[in-house]
Amino acid sequence: MTDAPATVGPDIDQTRRKFLTLATSAVGGVGAVLAAIPFVESWQPSERARALGAPVVVDIGKLEAGQMITATWRKQVIYIVGRSQALVDKLPQNDGELKDKSSKNSLQPDYAKNEMRSRRADVLVLIGICTHLGCLPKQFFDPGDPVLGASWPGGFRCPCHGSRFDLAGRVFNGSPAPTNLSVPPYSYKDPHTLVIGLDNPAAGAA
Amino acid sequence: MAHDPYPARPGLWGWINRRLPVDAFMRSQVTEYYAPRNFNFWYFFGSLALLVLVMQLVTGIFLAMFYKVGENNSFDSVEFIMREVNFGWLLRYLHSTGASAFFLVIYLHMFRGIMYGSYKSPRELLWLFGMIIYLALMAEAFMGYVLPWGNMSFWAATVIINLFGAIPVIGSTLVEWIRGDYGIADATLNRFFSLHVVALPLLLLLLVALHLVALHEVGSNNPDGVEIKARKNANGIPLDGIPFHPYYTVKDLFGTGVFLTLFSIVVFFVPTFGDLFLEKANFEPANPLSTPDPISPSWYFTPYYAILRSFPDKGAGAVAMLIAVSAFFFLPWLDRSPVKSVRYRGWIYKTFLTLFVLSFVGLMYLGLQPAQGIYVMLSRICCVPYFAFFILMPFYSRWDPVKPVPDRVTSHA
Repeated sequence: MTDAPATVGPDIDQTRRKFLTLATSAVGGVGAVLAAIPFVESWQPSERARALGAPVVVDIGKLEAGQMITATWRKQVIYIVGRSQALVDKLPQNDGELKDKSSKNSLQPDYAKNEMRSRRADVLVLIGICTHLGCLPKQFFDPGDPVLGASWPGGFRCPCHGSRFDLAGRVFNGSPAPTNLSVPPYSYKDPHTLVIGLDNPAAGAA
Repeated sequence: MAHDPYPARPGLWGWINRRLPVDAFMRSQVTEYYAPRNFNFWYFFGSLALLVLVMQLVTGIFLAMFYKVGENNSFDSVEFIMREVNFGWLLRYLHSTGASAFFLVIYLHMFRGIMYGSYKSPRELLWLFGMIIYLALMAEAFMGYVLPWGNMSFWAATVIINLFGAIPVIGSTLVEWIRGDYGIADATLNRFFSLHVVALPLLLLLLVALHLVALHEVGSNNPDGVEIKARKNANGIPLDGIPFHPYYTVKDLFGTGVFLTLFSIVVFFVPTFGDLFLEKANFEPANPLSTPDPISPSWYFTPYYAILRSFPDKGAGAVAMLIAVSAFFFLPWLDRSPVKSVRYRGWIYKTFLTLFVLSFVGLMYLGLQPAQGIYVMLSRICCVPYFAFFILMPFYSRWDPVKPVPDRVTSHA
């Protein structure tokens, strides 16, 4: 027996010890990261939440021009707005004041990527969630609304941060919202029946 | 053997102390922990923050005994607490008023630190721990605000969580991950409850412990910004130091008395504090089909909210808000002044500090107003001195005509 501490001495291979320390730490570190995956994944929408995202059927037989009805699809509010032909004809007048007039950076199915942003001119279907921070834009359909000034062409205004949109859901310059209101996938089962969440009525379901 | 000032005690107390250093700890941290003798009014708020933390923990534990989490239960269970649980209204008002009191005390505590240069060397880590506590407190308050599941709870959660959507590429995936559904839903409420009552309180307690350990390592700053440890007597005791107990325990007890008096007045007579502490819109259940108009966050978040709204662009607004909060972290390195305390700084620093405080309070007011017209313009104007205070600090703090700092702390007694 010597008085030397047990942690030093000629018979201790420091290189081997360092290698083993490093290798053990690396394996342990990878294991810790892998063990975190189930915890992180548990925060994803559950199977139940996913299953509840099925298409929604709305009867629009009584929708008149200038009216709006709402529906919910996947916890999102859907705005269904009746538009007169005169209103639709006036939409191009807004083009100069819009952030994304041809909806290049906005979310919509291909059949709604047009000036009126809809399948049919007389019915506008939008996800009623402001693309800024998710509040519900309110209806300001009357042109020259006293709150929004004489030049207001009619549309939506978000109560939270003041983003403004026209009657095709396109965002005006000077709004904090970066893109136009999104359009959900939708189709018509017949002229009076709207199916939200389904691009093609022939695909059944609903 | 030389005279031992602390002979081992006999009996049970001695037996315990040979196994757990109670006496030694009390001496080193309380009865023989020397703090500067010139603490003033502004030094109440550290101990008051600790008091409010304890109150929030106690009232929170009792509220959790009656609260039920779930999108169909939460709102009703809060009304149950208010109307049917014995003294439930008191538990809830103590907790809701406590949240506002916490931020009031923390803001005054932070202002004290800025005013007297308490973040400067050697107290940088102390300041950083404090700032992390502030961030954790904001998360804790936000999640607690969601739990009653009123309509303001719902829309506050919507707006705040959607802020993460401003992050490029991963934004929308991240938002869905935080919510756990396609919108704010039961899943969101449930995880916020878990974080609010378990994870964040544990984190806060750990951070407060680190804050105090770091404080006792370097010692407190004081209104003169003089390091009392630089001048000690023959026994190694700072000439300008007095033992924390009994001198400051008594002072803090007096502060506690005054604070609890004011606190009780709010709890018993004006618990909603004119819509500031509890908002009308939150007395109706969460409704995903109707955004309250106007919508505004709790008063302690409004300065940052006003900054967010000042920018007509989602990304820019979110980045400005992030900078506005995180700028405080960099103060120890932005400040190049040779003096700590505002008492010995020159007119340039005092001007910037005054404008900063005015802009902070101004933004706080403007964030409570609707996002239109003059209010947005005034918010933009207030953003200038707010950011200038931080961004220009490396320059003006060097050019500032400072006064000579005394060797010893000054006293008005």
